[in-house]
Amino acid sequence: MKKKQVLVACGAGIATSTVVNSTIEEMAKENDIKVDLIQIKIAEIESYVNTADLLVTTASVQKEYPFPIINARSFLTGIGKEDTKKEILEELQK
Amino acid sequence: MSDIYFDESIILFDLEGKSKEEVLTKIGNNLIEKNLVKEGFIDAIIKRESEYATGLPTKGVSVAIPHTDVEYVNRKTISVAVLKEPVDFGIMGEPKATIPIKLVFLLAMDEEHSQLSLLQKLMEMFQDEDTLKYLINENNKTKIKNLLESKLAFAFEGEE
Repeated sequence: MKKKQVLVACGAGIATSTVVNSTIEEMAKENDIKVDLIQIKIAEIESYVNTADLLVTTASVQKEYPFPIINARSFLTGIGKEDTKKEILEELQK
Repeated sequence: MSDIYFDESIILFDLEGKSKEEVLTKIGNNLIEKNLVKEGFIDAIIKRESEYATGLPTKGVSVAIPHTDVEYVNRKTISVAVLKEPVDFGIMGEPKATIPIKLVFLLAMDEEHSQLSLLQKLMEMFQDEDTLKYLINENNKTKIKNLLESKLAFAFEGEE
């Protein structure tokens, strides 16, 4: 299976994407999936439009992209965290 | 990367403000006076908050975690403010919805993609309703400082 490129984005690329990034990293390791994780600011998404397979973000994204977008605010609040993890895992295993 | 600055002087009680802008300005001014952040910090954090809201619908007590680009920060710090009356902040990840916020953790970070362990511990704490309730009811700053230091394990700074 081709290694998936996953963008992890938040407004500043400082706080929330750091936490989300490490959660996905752990999840991929647990499930023995290789991913190319890239932590960016929302404003930088454009540079990856042609290569990314998935966008995981804590911010609200208004634009349409050719890849699915998963909101991961639950990684910060704990509410619904397992559902979000499942959703991401399904995308990674596609 | 600097050591984190954390003491009673950046823990603010009964902060009054009619809007999130007013709240952020007051917290920011305190940090500017202490030379922890630069002049442009307040404008930058207000702008960022309007573009990417940071209100979190955490259990029991809603928390906001405003932050902005590293360039405005002189020294890394986390300023905690308990608001006298809740103030509406936008909800992170939702374009229009707002949520009344009682507790603000303003993150002044001086390096991107870093402080992972600190941030993880912070988010873990946000998932603990009892701690959040304690934080908005305790009126001794030293107790809050000690609790946060142990919860966030500042001693482990320097990893990553």
